[in-house]
Amino acid sequence: MHILSMLMLALGAAATVTLALQASDGVMSFHAGLMALFFLAGIVLLHRRRSKWTGDEGYEDGIIRAGAIASTFWGVVGFLVGLVIALQLAFPVLNFDLPWTNFGRLRPLHTSAVIFAFGGNVLLMTSFHVVQRTCRARLAGGWAPWFVFWGYQLFIVMAATGYVLGVTQSKEYAEPEWYVDLWLTLVWVVYLLVFLGTLWKRREPHIYVANWFYLAFIVTVAMLHIINNLAVPVSWTGTQSYGLWAGVQDALTQWWYGHNAVGFFLTAGFLGIMYYYVPKRAERPIYSYRLSIVHFWSLIFLYIWAGPHHLHYTALPEWSQTLGMTFSIILWMPSWGGMVNGLMTLSGAWDKLRTDPVLRMMVVSLAFYGMSTFEGPLMAIKEVNALSHYTDWTIGHVHSGALGWVAFVSFGALYHIVPIMWARQRLYSMVLVNVHFWISTIGILLYITAMWVSGILQGLMWRAYDHLGFLEYSFVETVAAMHPFYVIRALGGLLFVIGSLVMTYNLWRTMRGDLRLEASPIPSAEPAPAMGAAS
Amino acid sequence: MIKHATIEKNSILLTVLVLVVVSIGGIVELAPLFYLESTIEKVEGMRPYSPLELSGRDIYVREGCYNCHSQMIRPLRDEAERYGHYSLAAESMYDHPFQWGSKRTGPDLARVGGRYSDEWHTAHMRDPRALVPESVMPGYPFLATTPLDSADIAAHLKANRMVGVPYTDEMIANAATDLAAQVDPDSDEMEALLARYPKAQVRDFDGNPEMISEMDALIAYMQMLGTLVDFGSYKAEGENLR
Repeated sequence: MHILSMLMLALGAAATVTLALQASDGVMSFHAGLMALFFLAGIVLLHRRRSKWTGDEGYEDGIIRAGAIASTFWGVVGFLVGLVIALQLAFPVLNFDLPWTNFGRLRPLHTSAVIFAFGGNVLLMTSFHVVQRTCRARLAGGWAPWFVFWGYQLFIVMAATGYVLGVTQSKEYAEPEWYVDLWLTLVWVVYLLVFLGTLWKRREPHIYVANWFYLAFIVTVAMLHIINNLAVPVSWTGTQSYGLWAGVQDALTQWWYGHNAVGFFLTAGFLGIMYYYVPKRAERPIYSYRLSIVHFWSLIFLYIWAGPHHLHYTALPEWSQTLGMTFSIILWMPSWGGMVNGLMTLSGAWDKLRTDPVLRMMVVSLAFYGMSTFEGPLMAIKEVNALSHYTDWTIGHVHSGALGWVAFVSFGALYHIVPIMWARQRLYSMVLVNVHFWISTIGILLYITAMWVSGILQGLMWRAYDHLGFLEYSFVETVAAMHPFYVIRALGGLLFVIGSLVMTYNLWRTMRGDLRLEASPIPSAEPAPAMGAAS
Repeated sequence: MIKHATIEKNSILLTVLVLVVVSIGGIVELAPLFYLESTIEKVEGMRPYSPLELSGRDIYVREGCYNCHSQMIRPLRDEAERYGHYSLAAESMYDHPFQWGSKRTGPDLARVGGRYSDEWHTAHMRDPRALVPESVMPGYPFLATTPLDSADIAAHLKANRMVGVPYTDEMIANAATDLAAQVDPDSDEMEALLARYPKAQVRDFDGNPEMISEMDALIAYMQMLGTLVDFGSYKAEGENLR
């Protein structure tokens, strides 16, 4: 087995070195060189750490520590790039008129960094943690989980540097080119095998509900990724390709993918987080087992249908738009079912919200989840969409889900995991968690309210007529009207970045083993003096 | 009737059931688009992109223009008045991938062809706020100074043919000459180019005859957007399925 692994890595190294030397463009030789370094480093590591990856005792926690560091790092990077492009929209001089810094190239960098780099690392980390604990088994595959972890980081680096250097296939949230897609497919298949292998080793009769969600996320993302990214490269040694699908079919394939990147990457996976960490933190069992089953199957069945609501009133056939709208509205129910299951888990433990800011973060994430899964079906109604589509309302909606739900539940999981994984008594500072919570919450509120106003305002301005029956506003007048809201949005983003830096500091001090002396967050147990008792 | 506990105890069964359940929606919504003939209208005038237009489209993709500009006009009164006739599915039938977009930070570009002069585009790309003070668009001055890399243009046409765009052997064989001919109104190859790509616009788009720049290609692409179908003679046929 060891020889075989070495042989595969050596083959990979040989192939990528050849590709780097033969590449027909600079980016391809750069990326093939990175892959070659990856394989060579793999050979060295495998040789030196051979004994570490053979045992089956205990848990593989090193990878979870690595995941916590990677998640935090990519989170800060992704939020920062988001702040930069928000500022570019408010102050376009910040594009610097260079190829590598213009909004068109940086926007995919932001979306991929937050969804795939930050969100993806949180999902890797938590799924590896949850599947081991709930199966009472060590991760399967020896060094394979580490291949997944580092292979995924390589995917991120290739995607990100590619965008900045102008390598993209222009499909939103699926911008990486064909060779990066192939690399991710390889990593993802190994991820699925590690996950399934760990399930097979479990010492519990049942597979816990959080793992159903993780499994659905891994399987479905594989399906979406492969079908949406089918393409023919211009040359096997070059970066560019042309997608297999065209026009209307491509549009629906893309949004079938795009909406389910939301549905499975950013929802199903993160519901896996909710189903493990919320009960853990609240020290209560999940509210309803039956609701978990209904929630799981209805959510994964219904989400897949919702893609066409991104294409209302376009050249997509109307039957398809109507189907998409109908299922999007139905989707409201399982979404709220999941939220209820999470929130009601706190029955009998609501007092913890006062004393545990980590749990509060998780609960507020569920509230944001509930809000954005109500807003989503609303915006999927054709008549509402006629106004909201193409405007900032969509951007605001995405961020109430991404910042309020995805990021907050991730922060909660990070705050929960880090003291455990580094064997610390508690976090360095609960006060700082509280500070993070409030700064970020205010940031999110500024962000989404600014986008509601700018989106609806611009939508209304586009369709406004004067008393003679002419369009009232030129396009650029509606752009000028956005300026104050773009400034407010950037301010909200800045607060969110500051919050994430506070978290980074707190986690770093926790990892170092520091404890800040703080008064217990639990209010004094002494009864208040009776009124008028004194004097 | 199997109990849910059975599924919960069998990871393979769980995986297979998940795959079945998540496949249904996609199959029902996506598959018919490939065989229902009403999905794409039959129209006159659509043709594959000329080599120069295709190169320009690659630059449009590379710079991420789709992040801020849609190419999909909806059948709403204000959009028809602002941008023109609503977009037809046929108009993006050769687009790999589609460029409909999802956000209008800038205006829709589906019918921008012929709306502005080449000089306007060149100046606007170089410094958008010199022409439109309120604009938030980045400047792209480097396009005018970067020579278009067209060495492998035939390979681009071939790859497009493999994914279904009807480029002929003749088009592929003449890709490089057609590309050069489109920026040179004095070229002898112009007639052959126009025979292969009807309505192709032939001129020095960026005003610099010394070099075929990325700006030439991008403006050639933008100037043809929405110009192929003649809406003077187009009639929507049959029941309106949209």
